[in-house]
Order: sequence, then structure tokens, then C-alpha cells
Amino acid sequence: MSTELSSCKKDFPIFERKVRGGNSLIYLDSGATSQKPNSVIEAESNFYRTVNAAVHRGAHLLAEEASEAYESAREKVAAFIGAISNEVIFTKSATESLNIIAYSFGNPDSRINIKAGDQIVVTEMEHHANLIPWQQLAKRTGAELRWLSVTADGRIDLTNLDQVITKKTKIVAITHQSNVLGSILPVETIVKASHAVGALVVLDACQSAPHFALDVKKLDIDFLAFSGHKTLGPTGIGVLWGKFDLLEKLEPSLFGGSMVDSVTMESATWAATPRKFEAGVPNMAQAVGLSAAIDYLNQIGMHNIAQHEQDLTSYLLKGIISISGVKVVGPVDMKDRGGVVSFTVDGVHPHDVGQVLDQYGIAVRTGHHCAWPLMRKLNLVGTTRASLYLYNSKSDVDSLLESIEKVKSYFKVSK
Amino acid sequence: MELDSLYQEVILDHYRSPHHKGLSADKDIQVHHNNPSCGDEVTLNLSMKGGVVTDLTWDGVGCSISMASTSVMSDLLVGKDYKDAMNILVNFVELMQSKGQSVGDESILEDAVAFAGVSKFPARIKCALLGWMAFKDASSQVMQ
Repeated sequence: MSTELSSCKKDFPIFERKVRGGNSLIYLDSGATSQKPNSVIEAESNFYRTVNAAVHRGAHLLAEEASEAYESAREKVAAFIGAISNEVIFTKSATESLNIIAYSFGNPDSRINIKAGDQIVVTEMEHHANLIPWQQLAKRTGAELRWLSVTADGRIDLTNLDQVITKKTKIVAITHQSNVLGSILPVETIVKASHAVGALVVLDACQSAPHFALDVKKLDIDFLAFSGHKTLGPTGIGVLWGKFDLLEKLEPSLFGGSMVDSVTMESATWAATPRKFEAGVPNMAQAVGLSAAIDYLNQIGMHNIAQHEQDLTSYLLKGIISISGVKVVGPVDMKDRGGVVSFTVDGVHPHDVGQVLDQYGIAVRTGHHCAWPLMRKLNLVGTTRASLYLYNSKSDVDSLLESIEKVKSYFKVSK
Repeated sequence: MELDSLYQEVILDHYRSPHHKGLSADKDIQVHHNNPSCGDEVTLNLSMKGGVVTDLTWDGVGCSISMASTSVMSDLLVGKDYKDAMNILVNFVELMQSKGQSVGDESILEDAVAFAGVSKFPARIKCALLGWMAFKDASSQVMQ
């Protein structure tokens, strides 16, 4: 573990508190939401303390400074993903980002839109947030929803790629990294197959953008969504990125103040991209908080964070597969895999596993992880999931492994 | 350990060897309840005659708390008339909402007092209530 990373835990004030049983917090639930460093908490509260005003309106100094801070945050996010700033739209969450795209594609007035008979392709391992908006779009428009399957070892099955993605496919919406299995999808292959038939690719980067460097141009995708709160940033801020010429062709899906060019009693026209997608006073302090989070990540270096998580994940996998009665749900090798490790304990329900781990201060997620169709496919009621981030250490992993043994002895399933 | 107040031996016993599990062929009504946040599911078959619970069987998947609670409930409610069953149910719900302040009335709840510790774990209360809410739904439909 690199020295920068072993010392970064002290930047996160939540680790000063004690949790159940008087234990120190061992936080292995960053896949659900990350903890926040002091610099983010301060940036968000300092916005309220020093410059709070509604952005893009008002003739006063505060409004100017607030607008400057908000637009600087947009530039920061753009640089973080290799984009230009007027392609970055702030939303309240990644879920909202994906819904906005789906609604905009469903608007017949959009110059690129989904019609009856078109096909929308997703995968079987999508989070509900990158599944249901597309289900609903298909339902509203009469389009057909299709999907790529999951293999037994937790990868995407590409053997029938050219049968699933066809000339009728208009949108291919996929996750970058599964929030359940940890597998990283072969984006390049799927993008090539999609673009070959003229389909656009929407990438759900919620589990990737916080953890390793990504570049929307190199990935050659068309749209991307990720959430601020999983990226050390505040809640209430999400990002939607799209290629500028594509965003220009889409109608907005939220309407109101701030997003207009001109308004009469009968009709309205829209502000330029990206403003036309940001109706209402935005979550300004949260955008500024996200900007501070990106500063923090950049200071440590996304490469170092990725390497740290790879080392820890490898260490965790090695330890967990040696425990009898414990099965990893997802790839057990490190090829194209991130720091999300789901597992089951024979004879103990995930909720009970999580409860015993909590007694030792270990916070994990249990259940279906908002990926119910994947659970059904894998014939599981749920899993226990440990997800890692930069503030975790080998000793956190050791504690988890020791505590899984305690789960087994508590429920008398030791073998 | 705090955990022991949650996982009483009675609960773990019912989890390992649940009672009345396996759906009967005959029933007046069948209901299916689930907890969308955790995925626990219970299907419950209920038969009543003259306002009395004559048979109650169930099947389901879920954690130790939800499965054991449904098992204990089945033992408790078979043979009871609707009014008594509702009284037991109300007592159990009150125990669950007691935030660890109640030990439960053993003369009414019998083995179900073992779940008193659940009330200290807010995330688990819905687990303990899953089967009970299924019974409430089923019995009120039969009594309509």
C-alpha cells in the first residue's frame, strides 16, 4: 500500500467515530456511497458561508461568484472525464442523468429519437437505474428492449453480440463495472458493435469513474452518467455527459427557469447546451463539493487509487476463496475486475451475514443490490457485498475475513 | 454480546427447523408478501372456519429473522379465533416498535417474546413483521 493512501484515512472525519460494539468503523460499502474528506465537507459548507446566491441570475457580486464557482466545477468534471465543459450537465444523481437521456430520446421532437420498432439494448447485470428508464422508454414508444446475457463466471456473454445488437438497435446502455459482480465490461467491443450499426452507447460509470481514470473520447462512447456521492462528493449531485452534437439534437426533459432562451404565453425556446438540460436553480454547493472531491482524487492520482484497489481486491479474493462454505459471486481472477466483491455464506442469509459483520464494526451491503434480474438469473436471494475504496487497507480486509469465520461459528455452519 | 439479544436460541432453532413450512393443498386464501428492499418473500395459505384459524402454512425465502418469525407466528395462531389472533398480532407489532423498551407479554406472545431484541435493530423490524403482515392481509380478506 502506498504511503499517500495509508495516510489518507485521516482526511475522512467519519472514521473518528465508533460504531456498534464500540468498534472503529470498517467501511466496505463505498459501492453504495463513499465517505467524504474534510476538503469536500468544507467546500460545500464554505459555498453557503461565503458565496451563496442563485447562479446565472442576479446582478450582484454573490451571483457572479456563485456562477463562477459552479461553472468552474463543470470545467473540473469535464477535465476529469476527458470532455469539454459544455458537454457536462449537472443533475441531482446518476439515476436522474439516465432518466433525462431516456426521456429526451422518447421525445418525438428530438432530432434523434426512439420510435416503435427500434431496439434498445441493455445487459442482464444492469443496476435498476440503467434498466427501468429503458424499460419505460420501450413501453412508451413501442420499442423493443433486448439484453446481453451474463455468463456463469459473471462476465457479459458476447457470443451472440451480433444477434442482440442489430441494424434496428438505436441505443446500447451498459454499465462500465457491475455493482454486484465487480466485472468490468468489454466496452471497446460493445462500442464497436454498436457504432457499426449506428447505435449510440450510454455508459453507466457509477462504479468506474470514482475508481479509475476514464476518458470519454478514448472509450468512444456517446453518453455517460456517474454520481457525485460515490466519488467522494456530496449527495444531490450527478453528472450527465454527452457528445455535444448529440446533446444539441435532443430536446430537454425537465422544463422551467434557467433553461430557456425565450418564452411567450404559448411557447418557449431553449438555452444553449448544456444549460437547456438544467432547469431550475441547480445543486450549486453540491457541484462545488464535487469539484473539491475531484481535486482530492487528482491529488492522490487516479492511477494510484486504481492500483491500491487492485492490490486490495486481489488480497481479498485470495483470502475469501480459501474460506470453506463461502462462494464469490463474480470473477475470482483480477482480469477486468474492480474492487466490488460479492459473496455468499452457505447456510446463512446475506442479511444475517451483514448483521454479524456490523457487530464488529464492518459495514457491508446485503441483498439484491438494485440488480434484481441479475439475482434471479444467478438463482440467488441476494449476496453480501464488500466494496473497496482508497481509504481501505489490508487490515480492513483481514478484519472482514476473520469476521466471516465468526459469522460461520455464530450460525454454527462451520465446516 | 449485543447480537445475542437479536439472535435468541428460539429464533435460530425455528430458522433451522421451521414449523408449518410447506404450502397446504387446501386453503381459503393465498397471499404473497415481500420486502423489496431486501428481497425476502413469504407465501401464506390460510384456512378459517367459523372465524377460527384452522390451518396456516407458508413458504418463503429470507433471513433468519423473517423465516423464524413466520414459523413462530404459525405455531401461535393456528386454533385461535380472529379476535384473539388480531390481539396477538397487535401485541407483536407493539413489541417490534418498542425500541428495546419492552420485553413483551409472554402470556400473550409465548415464544414470540424472543423477538423483543429485534426492536433495537430498526433495519430488522420489517423482517420480523413480514409473515405477520401476510397473515393480517390474508385473515382480513377471509373475514370480509
